Amino acid sequence: MGQQIFAYILHKDGVADDTALELITAANILNPDASITAVVAGSGAELDAVCRNMGSSFDTVWKIDNEALAYINAEVIRPMLARILPKESIVLIPHEHFGMDLAPGLSIKLDAVYLPDTFGLSGIEDGKLKAVREEYLGQVSTHVLCDISKGAVISVRPGSFKADENRKIDGRIVDKSEEALESVLPGEARRYLEIVAAEVGDVDITKSDVLVSVGRGIEDQDNLEIIFDLAKAMGADVSCSRPIVDAKWLEKSRQVGTSGQTVKPKVYMALGISGAFQHLGGIKGAPFIVAVNKNPKAPIFQAADVGIVDDILDFVPELTDRINEMKRVSY
Amino acid sequence: MKILVCIKRVPDTSENEIEVNRDGTDIERDDLVYSVNEWDNYAVEEAIQIRDKVGGKVTVVTVGEEEDEEVLRREMAMGADRGILLSDEAFIGSDGKGIAAVLKAEVEKGNYDLILTGAQADDGAGQVGGMLAAMLDWPYASLVNLIEVVDDKKIKVGREIAGGNQEMNEIDLPCVLSIQTGINEPRYVGIRGIRKVASLEIPVHTAKDLGIAADIVGESGSRTKRLDYFVPEPGEGAEILEGSAEEIIDKLIELLKAKGGIK
Ligand SMILES: Cc1cc2nc3c(=O)[nH]c(=O)nc-3n(C[C@H](O)[C@H](O)[C@H](O)COP(=O)(O)OP(=O)(O)OC[C@H]3O[C@@H](n4cnc5c(N)ncnc54)[C@H](O)[C@@H]3O)c2cc1C
Ligand SMILES: Nc1ncnc2c1ncn2[C@@H]1O[C@H](COP(=O)(O)O)[C@@H](O)[C@H]1O
Repeated sequence: MGQQIFAYILHKDGVADDTALELITAANILNPDASITAVVAGSGAELDAVCRNMGSSFDTVWKIDNEALAYINAEVIRPMLARILPKESIVLIPHEHFGMDLAPGLSIKLDAVYLPDTFGLSGIEDGKLKAVREEYLGQVSTHVLCDISKGAVISVRPGSFKADENRKIDGRIVDKSEEALESVLPGEARRYLEIVAAEVGDVDITKSDVLVSVGRGIEDQDNLEIIFDLAKAMGADVSCSRPIVDAKWLEKSRQVGTSGQTVKPKVYMALGISGAFQHLGGIKGAPFIVAVNKNPKAPIFQAADVGIVDDILDFVPELTDRINEMKRVSY
Repeated sequence: MKILVCIKRVPDTSENEIEVNRDGTDIERDDLVYSVNEWDNYAVEEAIQIRDKVGGKVTVVTVGEEEDEEVLRREMAMGADRGILLSDEAFIGSDGKGIAAVLKAEVEKGNYDLILTGAQADDGAGQVGGMLAAMLDWPYASLVNLIEVVDDKKIKVGREIAGGNQEMNEIDLPCVLSIQTGINEPRYVGIRGIRKVASLEIPVHTAKDLGIAADIVGESGSRTKRLDYFVPEPGEGAEILEGSAEEIIDKLIELLKAKGGIK
């Protein structure tokens, strides 16, 4: 049997997030015999729908129903989880903006070890497991040995484990709402107000077939011109990584990534982009990815179909010239 | 408002190609350029802007060794009022929880209204801020990209969530926030600025000063251990184009045409 494993289920509009079934795969790697419990918090009919749905994949579903959870606030749910989760259990949480809000503090409250942003796991042996993580924005990876005998909170990188869609079981739904609330003062010290929707920009990169995407490797705002010239020659739109938006060189609506737009082009040119997972997380639909980077070890080359090791400031204008030349000849 | 900003000196990923050392036990540390963690620099700028608006004092703190003092000085040159170095043999090898425990002890010596950390540092963990808040039992918000001071009891914060959307919250003081890049435009710090603060004294607080038991920090307090560093092999699909610039461009144009990349 071993330690109990819990998976925190993200959901929206009554539908569980893709990460839900990915966490089953991760849990099975840790211990194929463990019973896996889905923890689903929310309120009303939408919550019930998610719980029913999760019941066909998880052995047990813990439902936590409370009006205060209609919009999930990590400060409210954390004390509830700390109260109901058994000592020494293993808790899997997706590593995204909500997980980053919840997980580190939860590990303290449970006195469990915290393993952040893991994307590879080994089986548990003698109360220890081996995890794979990245450091330095993905430039190097490391194996971490972790003593989980006193419990663990593990945040799991979305998309890094294949969803387990084969389980068809008749899981139990257990209502934990009352127990979760008992003598817990919900985190009233932080009050959710509203969502401010992202600004709409002049181009909608989510609709583009071809994207010429630029990263910090462009070095200077004035150099952006060569990127726009290439995009024009190719008939593409220009998108970018986060530092370009942080520097206010391009508008937020052009940012690709987990905190920006999710794009589904046919061709994606990554120019001077290192390939951090938060950037790659915004590229869907398996496009043909071309990476140009002067560092041959840049992680983008692991995601790309074709790589060119070169300085974009030299390479991009040459490529543009050749495309323009070719077009002239063929007309 | 009394603000404490937690900062870390890290190898600068935009200045260095980080490589694994020969036996895979660490990264290659010779000739590395170090800077203040990018996220922390935004946090210090935000603290300075808040102080300049509502008054108060900005303190920067780091858990580190002698050479880490340079980032405290840099952020003082930027406008922080004082720096504190938390340093002790016992702290070496601490994990995120150990660092948070050291910071907690320092926080409890002061009388702060607001603690800022970066959203993440060089090992991509994003853990210290949330752990510190939980240890202090203070409210926490992560990935903050907007701060508005409401009064001396509460502030309004925006959190960056998926798709460029922003989640607005009201949060009581004292609290801990982790700061996301892009919240402001950090000011430039020149050599002259750093020279100006060169002679300011930076106090060093040790485990004894802070009343920290040796077994909760350092390697002995850590339940995780790095076994090795490595660079994964390039993905199977990644074909690196080689040859003269001309040959590479010809090949690329051919591929792009085939994939519909040139209209
Ligand atoms: C919660 C969270 C959410 C995030 N969301 C996003 C997101 O939505 N989108 C996003 O992009 N990032 C996001 N990030 C940031 C992400 O972690 C990286 O910091 C970012 O993607 C790095 O951008 P970059 O590749 O342009 O810059 P860097 O990592 O600095 O890489 C620059 C690259 O350019 C190369 N280079 C430099 N000069 C040249 C040259 N002259 N020619 C060729 N190559 C050159 C370098 O070798 C390097 O590989 C997020 C981070 C956090 C913590
Ligand atoms: N050694 C340290 N000293 C002071 N603050 C730190 C230290 N390490 C991490 N932090 C803070 O915690 C944030 C998140 O770091 P991490 O949890 O390591 O990703 C950093 O941006 C800093 O604000």
